[in-house]
Amino acid sequence: MLRSILMMCVFLLGGMAAQAGVDPGYKVGDKATDFKLKNVDGKMVSLADYKDAKGFIIIFTCNHCPFSIAYEDRIIDLHRKFAPKGYPVIAINPNDPAVQPDDSFDAMKTRAAEKAFPFAYLMDEGQKVYPQYGATRTPHVFILDKQRVVRYIGAIDDNHSDAAAVQKPYVERAIAALEEGRQPTDTFTRAVGCTIKARK
Amino acid sequence: MKRFFRSLVLTLVMIGWGTSVIWSQESEVAVYPTFEEMAPLFNASNDTTYVVNFWATWCKPCVKELPYFEKAVQAYKGHPVKIILVSLDFPKQIDSRLIPFIREHGLQAEVVVLTDPDANSWIPQIADEWSGAIPATLVQYQGKRVFHEGDFESLEDLQEFIARCNK
Repeated sequence: MLRSILMMCVFLLGGMAAQAGVDPGYKVGDKATDFKLKNVDGKMVSLADYKDAKGFIIIFTCNHCPFSIAYEDRIIDLHRKFAPKGYPVIAINPNDPAVQPDDSFDAMKTRAAEKAFPFAYLMDEGQKVYPQYGATRTPHVFILDKQRVVRYIGAIDDNHSDAAAVQKPYVERAIAALEEGRQPTDTFTRAVGCTIKARK
Repeated sequence: MKRFFRSLVLTLVMIGWGTSVIWSQESEVAVYPTFEEMAPLFNASNDTTYVVNFWATWCKPCVKELPYFEKAVQAYKGHPVKIILVSLDFPKQIDSRLIPFIREHGLQAEVVVLTDPDANSWIPQIADEWSGAIPATLVQYQGKRVFHEGDFESLEDLQEFIARCNK
């Protein structure tokens, strides 16, 4: 009897927490937790594996979203440019493949091979990581420094449809700021994107 | 000839308004290259309730909820409620994808296109709490606004949301 009352309380509290949206995810300045997610090569990947990293460009992105697709080549370029400087791209697909079959693990492997992704492309299996970070759309970038402190949240740049017309390369500027030991000018930007697909 | 006449009228209108709003080749869909030009839509102070939905043809949950907005057009017939579907389709897909979609589905709600790429500057002008994910819907009535990021489950769900703005 006591146990069932206790369970009821737990349920009620849990429900209230979910409703109030208690944890909207990270803000700039928060320390991000590490994760252990499966890469398209089958190996498990954690931030701690990157011993020499000076920071991370974590991008929640996926196969199906046209905005993610529009940014694919730019994400590859970011990794090629910044991984040698100590800031690798880590791409995470946050979508539930049961809701969006194009974002299944097999489809991820296929896309990674087609585009020869030079970075880790991880599956957020169980969808535990994206809510922690507070990702709401794809693509959605979180730049962490060496201590895993969040230094930038937002868009890759200010023009999704035309890479040549970009005026504010937010991610590049944020990394440049970190390299110079200062705070990025823009620490939070917004962009149109696809909702993260989860079962209701 | 008809098209010529239309272009002529439009040219005159554009000269008159000094605007750079362009019209799709194929249909009467206004394309706004900057949010600034669309902004008057969001600042109306008449007695009309504006229901503005942000969507795109490639967005699955957006397309799924479109029928509720279409039903709402019928449901509010004769009432001062205007439903506007702001398409965020890519510029190069307006004629190849959006226009055929509008025709195929016989959309009754007014469709306009916003192609302003600098979303970081205009998203907060719609709603400060909007992350940018679509679908998203803004309802406004005489300066009062309610905003929803995400989709609606039914016409009733949408109507209940619209009513919140008129309370």
